[in-house]
Amino acid sequence: MGSITLKNVSKVFGAHAVIPSIDLDINDGEFVVFVGPSGCGKSTLLRLIAGLEDVSDGAIVIDGKNATELPPAKRGLSMVFQSYALYPHMSVRANIAFPLKMAGEDKAVIDKKVEDAARVLNLTDYLDRKPRQLSGGQRQRVAIGRAIVRQPEAFLFDEPLSNLDAALRVNMRLEISQLHQQLKTTMVYVTHDQVEAMTMADKIVVLNRGRIEQVGSPLELYHRPDNLFVAGFIGSPKMNFISGGPAASHQAHTIGVRPEHLVLSKDHGMWQGTVGVAEHLGSDTFLHVNADGIGTMTARVSGDFAVTHGDRVFLTPDPQRLHRFDEKGLAIR
Amino acid sequence: MGDAMATLHTRSAARLMIAPSVLLLLAWMIVPLALTIYFSLLRYNLLMPGMEEFAGLTNYTYFLTDPAFFQAVFNTLAIVLGVLFITVVGGIGLALLLDQPMFGQGIVRILVIAPFLIMPTVAALVWKNMFMNPVNGLFAWLAKLVGLQPFDFLANAPLFSIILIVAWQWLPFATLILLTALQSLDEEQKEAAQMDGAGALSRFIYLVLPHLSRAITVVILIQTIFLLSVFAEILVTTNGGPGTQSTTLTFLVYAQALLQFDVGGASAGGIIAVILANIVAFFLMRMIGKTLEA
Ligand SMILES: Nc1ncnc2c1ncn2[C@@H]1O[C@H](COP(=O)(O)OP(=O)(O)OP(=O)(O)O)[C@@H](O)[C@H]1O
Ligand SMILES: [Mg+2]
Repeated sequence: MGSITLKNVSKVFGAHAVIPSIDLDINDGEFVVFVGPSGCGKSTLLRLIAGLEDVSDGAIVIDGKNATELPPAKRGLSMVFQSYALYPHMSVRANIAFPLKMAGEDKAVIDKKVEDAARVLNLTDYLDRKPRQLSGGQRQRVAIGRAIVRQPEAFLFDEPLSNLDAALRVNMRLEISQLHQQLKTTMVYVTHDQVEAMTMADKIVVLNRGRIEQVGSPLELYHRPDNLFVAGFIGSPKMNFISGGPAASHQAHTIGVRPEHLVLSKDHGMWQGTVGVAEHLGSDTFLHVNADGIGTMTARVSGDFAVTHGDRVFLTPDPQRLHRFDEKGLAIR
Repeated sequence: MGDAMATLHTRSAARLMIAPSVLLLLAWMIVPLALTIYFSLLRYNLLMPGMEEFAGLTNYTYFLTDPAFFQAVFNTLAIVLGVLFITVVGGIGLALLLDQPMFGQGIVRILVIAPFLIMPTVAALVWKNMFMNPVNGLFAWLAKLVGLQPFDFLANAPLFSIILIVAWQWLPFATLILLTALQSLDEEQKEAAQMDGAGALSRFIYLVLPHLSRAITVVILIQTIFLLSVFAEILVTTNGGPGTQSTTLTFLVYAQALLQFDVGGASAGGIIAVILANIVAFFLMRMIGKTLEA
């Protein structure tokens, strides 16, 4: 049904190759997240799949059929935009009904489908309002409603939650995940928020400057990053990178240790340092330690590990969870 | 309590501050209006100076029963509606065209705006002598080219010709306003409609037109105000004729005052024109209230 395959897809704007060449397989029913820093080409890639931009080269295959030349409406995809892109002069009902109306469905069928979608999304009470009379989260749900009524092969989301406040974002994240469980439709989701990526995805595609750095499940990326970029991008707080002497002793150009894989002690350990800032989150504390001869390192310790600014501490990396990289930044396994 | 006092204080202060300008504005409007009303009640002809006497409503009955009056009301409405129709429809069309990415966009846009910068008298003369002239005009030449009899626009279709000239002058204004409105349409909305399967026509009907409704209202409002008083174009082309075929209310008042030297009758006509304009304005404001609120 909703499988999407990109073969050698590239996109050039003027003289600027935003996407040099990408190959990617998205399986039917999968929740795929494109993640990467701002400007890396996530939106462009999504718009190429949607057909809102033409590929400069390569092919896009949707559901086994070559869709490279198809107009957006014919690809059987629905998209939820960052600005929601609701039609401001139409009621919520008319907004959700719009794709069905364009498809020439019966009035009765449209009504039923709209009511169903509204029920799923808790919008029944708002059907006769205009978009501007809704809150951000409700608008988001209308946009999703408009996307699901068509029963598309796949959904495309472009940073749908970035306009919402933190609490609502957590909520909507869950709702979208639940929707995915219910509908079992392929979803392609763009975000630059790695927490969203980690929590929602079946498969994460990490992009950097228009290239795919790594594709894998959230835990694969976390445990086995292919290179320095992925290692630094996935995980919060960021992985600590150490080069020079300590790295050479592990036969690597750079070694990486996640903050949660550093063991702290007040009296013994591998590296010694001075506590700089301590960020107390309650359950955990993030310690920024100035390690002698290495530089600043972040460590995650339990909330009741009592140290303050200026204390001397010892850091020991968990040898099982050490990541080693060569001089090109690729992982050594 | 303190807050309420404060706002009350600011409000009365504000009233005091704007009072001078309001008074000035009132004087500016009230004095001429009062004078016109006063003149409209007099038998006052410039050919008989010093013979002014009170005449009651005779001037009004005289003006209202003049057969030219109804013709003038009709002509005025025809010009307003005709020009509005052409400029709004044409303006939307041109705006849609100019919104497309094309070579030399900046220059084309300036060219489109050019007619608006030409004085009405000049524009009307250019049309009269270079386009519509039955002997030397461009249209006559075109007609002869395809073997047709040249058509004397200003003699045979005076009202239509004037509508054409005035529409040509106002088209750039409508285009400009509608183009800016068009450019403010959210790109993502268009793309969403595209994904939703709306073709170009559906996108125009369901997305672009509703988005333009405010701009269209503004165009209609502003143009109506100016079109009710179209004058120069008539004066230099048809002079209200043949007969009264292209006489509007404004032109009728002018004819009364400066061709027949009847100041009293002209004043009465002016007052009637003001009343009619206010009726139009009333309906316009209601219409605008509705679209601007939605
Ligand atoms: N229409 C365009 N013309 C020229 N360059 C473009 C165009 N659209 C995007 N780009 C460029 O392509 C690159 C990728 O843009 P894109 O919008 O895909 O980034 P993104 O990964 O979605 O970033 P963000 O997280 O900020 O949304 C950027 O450098 C951008 O400047
Ligand atoms: Mg983007």
